[in-house]
Amino acid sequence: MSVSLLLFVVVALPFLGALAAAGLPRHARTSAALLSWAVALVNVICLGFLWPLFQDGEILRLDIAWLPSLGVQVVLRLDGLSWLFSALVLGIGALVVLYARYYMSPKDPVPRFFSFLLAFMGSMQGLVLSGNLIQLVVFWELTSLFSFLLIGYWNQNRLARDGARMALTVTAAGGLALLVGVVVLGQIVGSYDLDTVLDARDIVLADPRHPLALALILVGAMTKSAQFPFHFWLPRAMAAPTPVSAYLHSATLVKAGIFLLIRFWPVFGETQMWLTLVGGAGLLTLLIGAWTAIFQHDLKGLLAYSTISHLGLIVLLLGLGSELGAIAAIFHVVNHATFKASLFMAAGIIDHEAGTRDMRKLSGLYRYMPMSATLAMVAAAAMAGVPLLNGFLSKEMFLAEAVAGAERHPLALALPVLATTASAFSVLYSLRFIHATFFGPAPTGLDRTPHEPPVWMRRPVEILVLLCLLVGIFPAVTLGPFLRSAAVAVVGFDLPEYSLAIWHGFNLPLLLSFSALAAGIVLYAVFRRRIEGGGPGGPLAVRWLNGGYLFEKAMTGLFRTAEAAVGTFGAQGVQRQLRIIVLATMAFGVLAAIGAGGAKFATVTLAAPSGGDLAFALLWLVGGACAVGAAWQAKYHRLAAVVLMGGAGLVSCLSFLWLSAPDLAMTQLLVEIVTTVLLLLGLRWLPKRLPSIPSPEPLQRISRRRRRIDLVIAAAAGACLSAAAYAVMISAAARDGASSYFVEQAYAEAGGRNLVNVILVDFRAFDTFGEIAVLGIVGLTVFVLLRRFRPYGDTLPEPHQKRIQAAADRRRADRSEGDTLRETMLVPQVVMRWMFPFVILFAVHLFLRGHDLPGGGFAAGVALSIAFVLQYMASGARWVERRLEIRPAAWIGVGLLIATLAGGASWLFGRPFLTSAFRYADLPVLGKTPLASALAFDLGVLILVLGATVMILLALAHQSLRKPRQAPGKDQAT
Amino acid sequence: MTEIVLALAIGVLGACGVWLLLRPRTFQVIIGLCLLSYGVNIFIFAMGRLRVGAPPVTAEGLENPLLYDDPIPQALVLTAIVISFALTALFLVVLLAARGATGSDHIDGEEPSP
Repeated sequence: MSVSLLLFVVVALPFLGALAAAGLPRHARTSAALLSWAVALVNVICLGFLWPLFQDGEILRLDIAWLPSLGVQVVLRLDGLSWLFSALVLGIGALVVLYARYYMSPKDPVPRFFSFLLAFMGSMQGLVLSGNLIQLVVFWELTSLFSFLLIGYWNQNRLARDGARMALTVTAAGGLALLVGVVVLGQIVGSYDLDTVLDARDIVLADPRHPLALALILVGAMTKSAQFPFHFWLPRAMAAPTPVSAYLHSATLVKAGIFLLIRFWPVFGETQMWLTLVGGAGLLTLLIGAWTAIFQHDLKGLLAYSTISHLGLIVLLLGLGSELGAIAAIFHVVNHATFKASLFMAAGIIDHEAGTRDMRKLSGLYRYMPMSATLAMVAAAAMAGVPLLNGFLSKEMFLAEAVAGAERHPLALALPVLATTASAFSVLYSLRFIHATFFGPAPTGLDRTPHEPPVWMRRPVEILVLLCLLVGIFPAVTLGPFLRSAAVAVVGFDLPEYSLAIWHGFNLPLLLSFSALAAGIVLYAVFRRRIEGGGPGGPLAVRWLNGGYLFEKAMTGLFRTAEAAVGTFGAQGVQRQLRIIVLATMAFGVLAAIGAGGAKFATVTLAAPSGGDLAFALLWLVGGACAVGAAWQAKYHRLAAVVLMGGAGLVSCLSFLWLSAPDLAMTQLLVEIVTTVLLLLGLRWLPKRLPSIPSPEPLQRISRRRRRIDLVIAAAAGACLSAAAYAVMISAAARDGASSYFVEQAYAEAGGRNLVNVILVDFRAFDTFGEIAVLGIVGLTVFVLLRRFRPYGDTLPEPHQKRIQAAADRRRADRSEGDTLRETMLVPQVVMRWMFPFVILFAVHLFLRGHDLPGGGFAAGVALSIAFVLQYMASGARWVERRLEIRPAAWIGVGLLIATLAGGASWLFGRPFLTSAFRYADLPVLGKTPLASALAFDLGVLILVLGATVMILLALAHQSLRKPRQAPGKDQAT
Repeated sequence: MTEIVLALAIGVLGACGVWLLLRPRTFQVIIGLCLLSYGVNIFIFAMGRLRVGAPPVTAEGLENPLLYDDPIPQALVLTAIVISFALTALFLVVLLAARGATGSDHIDGEEPSP
């Protein structure tokens, strides 16, 4: 297999798996787990194939063009460091998948969980394999996003939602800082390519902007890796399901920040700013995390703070600025991932089987789950740094580096002392974890009797603990090669002397390590009672140190400020907003006209009006009166307003006809009909509005004033429109460019004589394609909105007129209810039913001639919909639907499909989408007929327009058939 | 002359539309939108200048741009007519849903308080 393919697979496959898992049914717990497991496994295998390919220090790359104009490419880049991180992400990921299969409750939508998990895995893969800074930030933000979804997976739980939101806010804000930092860095180097940046240490450090870039990148890394003062989000993220915690907080999310620090270590390491900031933050986090972890009563809380502390340790190692420090940091990343993942899983097992994670309630669990207890004890011992386990090795390296760092680091002698203290704390909380949970008398007050978990739930823990032991005993054999290749990627080929062995002889680090062990044990023995009795914050829980508290305060302040800003600058109410929009548009228009030198009205001499002109003027006298009348009556006489509006529409339709636009006239006329039907259908659901219903005096005063102002605005807007239109109309037309091209080429290239139709279905068919898609979406939206429609109480009774008719029918013995209606509709009914075939024929005619004569898909579609609407009006919905298959939603789909296929057919001939072809065919009966592929596209337009129009009208019409579900007056949208 | 009449027509339609757009009741706003779209459609159409008796349907051998009315504004307006129908429908349905949910046909979804 080629390298590029392998690289592509390890990043893309998790995302594909996520999509597939998202499509599984809600209860497909096992198949989702199997799918995820397979994805992780295939990826591990791919990674295995890649391993031998870069051993001689080569860097594997796959470049894919992304935004070439900005110099941004998707680069997948693999070296020893990214391989190691990728192996952690996939390996621990595979174990977590297995564990989660047994942990997750069948009541939860588990496929969604696995889908998020896989997407997160893919984001981490993309992050560690990024060879481009911008791409790195994109994947960085994706990890923030998917960790948000994972932490908030139990979204019915308020703590989970809050924790997820906090994690997202903090890490995404850090991501923003990182983006800016990376852009600054890219500006300094002149490239966003990682290899170029890593080689450009001297250029970067010589640039005065590098502290800015470093500070911003550090903010990104520190927020992600939960370093003080941004550490507060991590404990809150413990509201996530335990597999998520085990994954996010051991090998992945929080390690992303560490990865970033290691990645940029060759560039920035050893600068004074790096030593101070990274070293300082790491040390503080190490101490604060370890101290706070001691006083947690929740198992996961303890693990959360210990994670913070260990992350601090790694960051501190990186902040020491020595090559050995960096190597030790990489080593501890692996060790921490293994023991912390197994501890989280163990905590999950305890929670799962005992029903609580509170150490004050737990006790003596060893007798119920000896196997799990043993595993947890080994893992905790690794965390404490007991010899023969991997934690011991990295801790010893850490202490050795602390001792060495005392000579040159700004923190000097404090370093070894504080490092030993933190190690003692770490021993203390590890001991507490084990002792409080597994030893002592049998627990009382548990809801159930604890027992061993299912064997496959324990298996991942067993594997991880085995790894802790193997690495602890045979470090050089097991982890040596991987650590070496990762170290080469960071430090270069001249690796400093380091030895992975248990025994280095009696030296100072060993002494410190053992004194930390002893101190931890003694401290626990002495202070055990006080720790168990105290609050979870410990004796040093100072409010201003609590980042969570400060975060909440900041968020509250932010919201208050936003509300105040809206209150001050926002316009309340649609009317005021619309007024601002209208005024602003007018102002821009007037400014533009002034800027263009004003309109030149004076140069035109008016010709004497001809007879035709007078008729046209008369026409618009009527049209204008209709428009004014509609505006006048729209409040109290809605029906009259609809009729008058139709009058104005009719006049504009005649104007189109007059002024050489037959297509427009036809379409306008047909659309006018459906619009009127539409508005009439809507009238029934509006409240009564009569001039005789009084409104309070102060409101009347306000609205009188508002009307006066609006009248002025409306008149001014009209005047501006008139002036602008007139100024353009009397100036000379520029008939060049596209317009002439269309006229000249319409027949030659598209085989059509009706230019408007040719433009719509051929030259600019892609625009039309978009437009019909919008039309289809509107149709579906209307349908969906009306499905949930609940009429308001006062519109529920039968309309007034219908009630009068019914009463009249009831009064006479020889008539039954509904007779009057039936008789009234009899003649129109006959006419309308008979019209059905003829309207259809008319529509077909419009469609077929559209390419050469006025007509086309739009007009034909609307005409066809009128044929159906007429039947509904004449005979009622039930009558029609018993006889005809009316499926507007399907028509919308079919129309769009036909249009797409008609456009896509050109691909078969190697042409771009919607390229058309035409020829004349000699058909029997019809004679010589033009056959253009655009005709098929137009057919799609027709069917979609038909579907959307019928959909909209029917959805409204059907409202009258629905039975009210609630008592009148009480209904509310539910 | 035709130009003056059409310009005034656009102005009247626009003014009526804007006036109704600024009214408080949803139905008024719908009628206003329709009137405004008439005005704007004619406005866009007029950008191609006015011709009488020159519909853009070419005759054989007479593919001379000067013989026909400009087809581009017409194509634009044709789609605009269909889209404004869709817009009207959508707005009508939203207003009905709002009216069903709140009981008020005020565009703010609640009756103004004095």
